Amino acid sequence: MSLLEIEGLSKHFGSAQALAGLDLRVEAGEFLALLGGSGSGKSTLLRLIAGFEMPDAGHIRLAGQDLTAMPPHERPLNMMFQSYALFPHLSVAGNVGYGLKRDGTPRAERDTRVAEALAMVGLQDLAGRMPHRLSGGQRQRVALARALVKRPRLLLLDEPLGALDANLRERTGFELRALQRRTGASFIMVTHDQQEALALADRVAVLEKGRLVQIGPPRDIYERPETRFVATFLGAANVLEGTRNREGGLDCPGLGTTLRASAPLPEGTVACALRPERIVLNGPAQDFNSAEGVVEDVAFRGDDSLLLVRAPGGAVLRVSHAEEDGPPPPTGSTVRLGWEAAAVVPLSA
Amino acid sequence: MRRLPLLLPTLWLVGFVALPLLVVLMLAIAEPGPGVPPFLLPFGWEGGPVLRPNWEPFALLVEDDYYLSAFIRSLWVAGATAGLCLLLAFPMALGIVRAAPRWRAPLLLAVLLPFWTGFLPRVGAWIGLLRDEGWINGILRGLGVIDAPLPLLYSDFALFIGMVHAYLPFAVLPLYASLSRMDLTLEEAAADLGATPATVFRTVTLPLVAPGAAAAFLLVFIPAAGEFVIPELLGPSDALLVGRALWQEFFQNRDWPVAAALAVALLAVLIVPILLFQRLEARR
Repeated sequence: MSLLEIEGLSKHFGSAQALAGLDLRVEAGEFLALLGGSGSGKSTLLRLIAGFEMPDAGHIRLAGQDLTAMPPHERPLNMMFQSYALFPHLSVAGNVGYGLKRDGTPRAERDTRVAEALAMVGLQDLAGRMPHRLSGGQRQRVALARALVKRPRLLLLDEPLGALDANLRERTGFELRALQRRTGASFIMVTHDQQEALALADRVAVLEKGRLVQIGPPRDIYERPETRFVATFLGAANVLEGTRNREGGLDCPGLGTTLRASAPLPEGTVACALRPERIVLNGPAQDFNSAEGVVEDVAFRGDDSLLLVRAPGGAVLRVSHAEEDGPPPPTGSTVRLGWEAAAVVPLSA
Repeated sequence: MRRLPLLLPTLWLVGFVALPLLVVLMLAIAEPGPGVPPFLLPFGWEGGPVLRPNWEPFALLVEDDYYLSAFIRSLWVAGATAGLCLLLAFPMALGIVRAAPRWRAPLLLAVLLPFWTGFLPRVGAWIGLLRDEGWINGILRGLGVIDAPLPLLYSDFALFIGMVHAYLPFAVLPLYASLSRMDLTLEEAAADLGATPATVFRTVTLPLVAPGAAAAFLLVFIPAAGEFVIPELLGPSDALLVGRALWQEFFQNRDWPVAAALAVALLAVLIVPILLFQRLEARR
């Protein structure tokens, strides 16, 4: 039995369908990232699990117990809010101890557990401080300690790193994952940042328009996207369309060449994903998986450069050129592109 | 040029607040006398400037129980009015804040609507409702509930109805402002941590709205403490309030120094809660 089981969950706001019959299972001790753009329904899903919204249809079960009709204060799970939602009139210790106080935990035990939770996030010295005198990173930790102090089996995190600066983000991300392993709780993290989802989660669930479009380990999702949306949302892959020919290759008029994939291609018109970093510049000429094009634009990105290369058929490919391979070809020059068959991933939709 | 925007408020404060206040202070230490105006200036020129303060009006306020009881009664009426307004205004403000956005403006308008009618017609309407031959007694008698009219008008009951009706918007507006500024995710966070709706209200909503509630209380309490018209028109005839005592000293006894001393004392009493409130605010 999974820790969290969600079946046929639907929710609409007015005429907008936020969730459309979503099924999802989360295992005990798992770190799941809900990834999607704005309006994908990821935040709605989190609020439904927490109980702040009521679903139109479907069920939510936690460890076998049906939560669907349960008010939020009775649900045995906790949430860390995107804005942190720290109580401004309570000190750090008051914030962290709030949930324990509601449970009637005796004073002495409460103090010990608050101290433990603060030590866990490295804030043991700030117990008496008021929230408005904390830095953004410290507030984030207080929010995390407050959400973990009741030792929930399931923790919901709404964009937990969203409000931090870039350099703090990476470190806090590592800490978040370490904390998840240490507590053994299941984490469900909502994020719109694909890097964050890939880096932290055991599994990534990609949502689009209220539906779960793909779920799996980060590497699987990245390397084998199933739909056009997943391919372009994660890592901005090139999507190439063509018709399957008799030899099992894909005639791709936009590219002016034939694609070959290592996986078998379905009949008819097919779309395939091709990652920018899998394309090699100036490899050997072949009559498939190889094309010539003109460099239209070059953008330096630090560890690599992004080239926009226009193929004879009109398609523009995003190509990543690693810095260690020397300076990128200048704008206007002609380059030959090549890639392996394994890099061509057929998409189902 | 940059000082120009400050000029008008400064002139206003000097001309219409500071100077009148000085005149009242001067009156309060003047000697009552015959003639028009009925007092002697407390300063003069006898080969040089001399000050001849007369402290008797203030001594009278302290010595005569009449004034002390007027003060106590006025503060009690103002406190009870402010308390009742707060009690009524809190659910109203909460209701408006939590209503659907398209309802908020019309509901706020409904709160402010009484301000658009005159003050006296509103008091007059209450007289029409409450007097012995008024609507309420008429309906109750028509239904056979009572035989003799209930003595509704000229009672503390009528006084408080009039006061609360007049001052309620002053309590609703600061509470509304304070509640609408509150972040609703704080209530969600409290619920998520196991607080029942009642506990959420007690431990999160109420403490966060407390400054707004204090402002609402003071905005009603301060003008209510000096209120003259409503108690005069609706309240019991023997009700002795500072406003009435002041009126009597000024217009009936023509004792301007005592009237001025009363005004100064009332001001001094009302400054205390304002300073307390400001200190509380500064500490937050």
